[in-house]
Amino acid sequence: MGESIKLFYNVDGHDFVSCGQASEDVKRTLKNIGFPPEVIRRVAIAMYEGEVNMVIHAAGGVAEVEITEDAVRVALKDSGKGIADIEQAMAEGFSTAGEDIRELGFGAGMGLPNMKKYSDEMKIESTVGVGTNVYLTFYI
Amino acid sequence: MTTDELAKKLGGQIICDGGRETAGAYAGDFLSRVMGKAPPGCAWLTVMANVNVAGVAALADIGAVVLCEDVTPDAPLVQKCAENGIALIRTPLSVYGACKLL
Repeated sequence: MGESIKLFYNVDGHDFVSCGQASEDVKRTLKNIGFPPEVIRRVAIAMYEGEVNMVIHAAGGVAEVEITEDAVRVALKDSGKGIADIEQAMAEGFSTAGEDIRELGFGAGMGLPNMKKYSDEMKIESTVGVGTNVYLTFYI
Repeated sequence: MTTDELAKKLGGQIICDGGRETAGAYAGDFLSRVMGKAPPGCAWLTVMANVNVAGVAALADIGAVVLCEDVTPDAPLVQKCAENGIALIRTPLSVYGACKLL
C-alpha cells in the first residue's frame, strides 16, 4: 500500500437505525486491506462511539478517515453544541443524553472513555455553541 | 461453544446461527459498556433488542447475542445479525439465570 487511502462520510444526525454505517464501512475497508483484527476492532469501536456522539449531541457531522501503511487517522467533526467541560465529559459514566436516548441503550457515559481506551492518540477541540472535533490515531 | 450448544444450555431458540463458536460471555444493556468491556468472540446476554445491538456486536466482534426474558427482536436486528454472521438466540431465562448456566 504505497499511497494513503482517504475516506469521507456524512453522518446523519437523525437516524439511530443507520448509525454506525461509516464505522462499518471503515471496518470492511481495513479488513479488505488486511489490517490485524485487533487494530480493526479498536478503530471500529472508537469510531462508532464518535458517530453515536455526533448523532446524539450534534445532529450529525462528518467523519474523515486516512489509512496509511502504519496508521489509521480518524477525524470526527460536528457543528453541535460543543462540550463545556471536556474533563467531566471524559469521566466514565458522565452523560448528558436524555431518557429517550438511554432507552435505546445509548448514553452510558462511556463514549469518550471508550474512544480514548481504544485509540493510541486522542485530541478533542471543542467550543460551546460552535462544535466539536475529535481526532483519533491508531497505530499498527 | 457452538450456537447449538449455547442454545441448548440456555433452553433457547436459535433465531439465526452465525456459524462460529463463542468463548466467554458478557452481560449488559448499555451499548457503550458492552463495547468497552465485552471480549471479542464472546456471547452477549442482554434484554435490548433493537438493531443497534447488531451494529455493536458486529463492530466489537461479538459472536452471539442472547436475548433474555423472551424479548422479541426487531426485524432489522434479525436481518443484521444474519448479514454479519452473528448468532441470535432467544431464551426465557433472565440475564442472571442465563449467566448461572454458562
